[in-house]
Amino acid sequence: MEALVASGVGVLTAVGVYLCLRGRTFPVVLGLSFLSYAVNVFLFASGRLIVGRPPIIDPAAPGYTDPLPQALVLTAIVISFGMTALVVVLALRAFLEAGSDHVDGREPKGREPR
Amino acid sequence: MSHWIIAPVVLPAAMAAFIVLAARFDLTLQRTLSLATTLALMAIAVGLYLLARDDVPRPYLLGSWPAPFGIVLVLDRLTALMLVTTQLLALFVLLYAIAGWDKQGRHFHALFQFQLMGLNGAFLTGDIFNLFVFFEVLLIASYGLFLHGAGVRRLVFGFKYVTVNLIASTLFLFAVGTIYAVTGTLNMADLALKAGQVGAEQAGLLRTGVALLLLVFALKAALAPLHLWLPGTYGVAPPPVAALFAIMTKVGAYAIVRVHGMVFGGEGSPAQGLVEPWVAPAALATLVLGTVGVLAARSLQRLAAFATLASMGTLLLVFALPLAEATAAGLFYLLHSTLAGAGLFLLADLLAERRGSVRDEFVAAPVFPDLELISGGFLLAAVAVVGLPPLSGFLGKVWILEVVRAHPLWPQLWAVILLTSLLTLFAFVRAGSLLFWKPAALAAASDPPAARASSTLPLVATGMLLVLPVLLAAFAHPIARELEATAAQLYERAGYVQAVLGPPSASAARGP
Repeated sequence: MEALVASGVGVLTAVGVYLCLRGRTFPVVLGLSFLSYAVNVFLFASGRLIVGRPPIIDPAAPGYTDPLPQALVLTAIVISFGMTALVVVLALRAFLEAGSDHVDGREPKGREPR
Repeated sequence: MSHWIIAPVVLPAAMAAFIVLAARFDLTLQRTLSLATTLALMAIAVGLYLLARDDVPRPYLLGSWPAPFGIVLVLDRLTALMLVTTQLLALFVLLYAIAGWDKQGRHFHALFQFQLMGLNGAFLTGDIFNLFVFFEVLLIASYGLFLHGAGVRRLVFGFKYVTVNLIASTLFLFAVGTIYAVTGTLNMADLALKAGQVGAEQAGLLRTGVALLLLVFALKAALAPLHLWLPGTYGVAPPPVAALFAIMTKVGAYAIVRVHGMVFGGEGSPAQGLVEPWVAPAALATLVLGTVGVLAARSLQRLAAFATLASMGTLLLVFALPLAEATAAGLFYLLHSTLAGAGLFLLADLLAERRGSVRDEFVAAPVFPDLELISGGFLLAAVAVVGLPPLSGFLGKVWILEVVRAHPLWPQLWAVILLTSLLTLFAFVRAGSLLFWKPAALAAASDPPAARASSTLPLVATGMLLVLPVLLAAFAHPIARELEATAAQLYERAGYVQAVLGPPSASAARGP
């Protein structure tokens, strides 16, 4: 399971970094989302991967899983969700006002505007 | 436990919400509330500073949860100093904005208060994840302020600014996760304690986390090569907002000193000695790049943006040295460069408002109203920013040159600092003669000025902001004593840990 989670985080991050480096705003927004998914899974794993245990010390249970990373992830999800919404609106406004969805606000030279 | 410690966070948060909900259609009421809140915050910050002068760090336990389990705010000298600086800057920027900038878009005052809440929280917090949250609060408010009174260029640069900061936030979370996985805590005092006890097999992982964190703070502080977002952002932001942003890069510098200098800089910490070899060369590069930008800038706001970058280079160079004297000198320069840099941004706007279509570009234009006042202000700002005697920039740089002598490569460092100062002086001389002397020469030939003369409040606010470097120079000796005590307290790690976590016996009884 460790290998699966670790490679999952790795692939999500790689996809996120690749998309963030694209020239159009939409792939960049997608890349930011992928990066935030990657970091959410990573934060979860920082409390060690434990399956089927309660997030609180219970004498009846054989052990417990660290509840703090779950609280951190919850905060991170809320913030990244809000920021994604903001960046989508910003990208749309920039596209509508500049007439191009390139991150520089204008088409690169020698390229027909879409 | 004094409840005033949380007031700099709670008061602007409550006021911002109140302004949005209750006063959103009444600009006069918004202005009154916003100004009253900022004045109250100023009074609270000064009160907290006086409280912190007894050299005892004061933790504030939220919800009375004992220290490493709940979130703590910690008031010490450095925190109080940053609070006073922030409030001082905010007060003059707000006075400036009240004269008309706040009409160009909605919710200026609410966003302004949220920005103050984020800044104050970032300085007060004693918990790394909480620092992340306050970074987000101040960034979200800064996105709103940056886009205030929009325009295509601001939207395009705004998208980049937001994207860069979101990536930095992601890195911040990766760093926090790594540090938590190794140490099992995110409380700064607890981390300072546990960093020394990390085993050899985990040391590399902790170093990785701390290095990632350094990357995040370096980006906020615009350290080369992570500075590329700054000139564009500060160059096109609404000038009062750019002036307020003068403190935002300093948050990054503060975080480096607090987290890397204090928390992870102690004896036996695997992350000790991480900062200097990376930050010092990068800071020199920042200084050089900023100076080149100052020379190449074609408008006063761009020049101010690059001058901010150069000042961050100087500041981070001294903050990279792990010495209390260096930190004290850096703090003096931080105070000075925040106030002088912000004054320069406001001046750029005063000029742009009066010079018609050429705005603040370095081209000759007809005589404009208040030429004498603005050129006098420019002289003051230029002397302060370049670092000529007798203002605080000079004293700050002399102090920096003095502490840099502890470095083995000090002749080279001196050469870079002095040479960049000289080049900055050239740039300012050229800018001043183009902006103020050419119009005087053209005066006879030109038409009467078309630009409107506006209210005197912006002039007064800018003037008061520019007088602060003079005061900083006049009272340099007592201020320097205070800053030395601040830096000394910062590296008194045992005192900080004990104040937050309680006496050592109690923390030992709690077990590892």
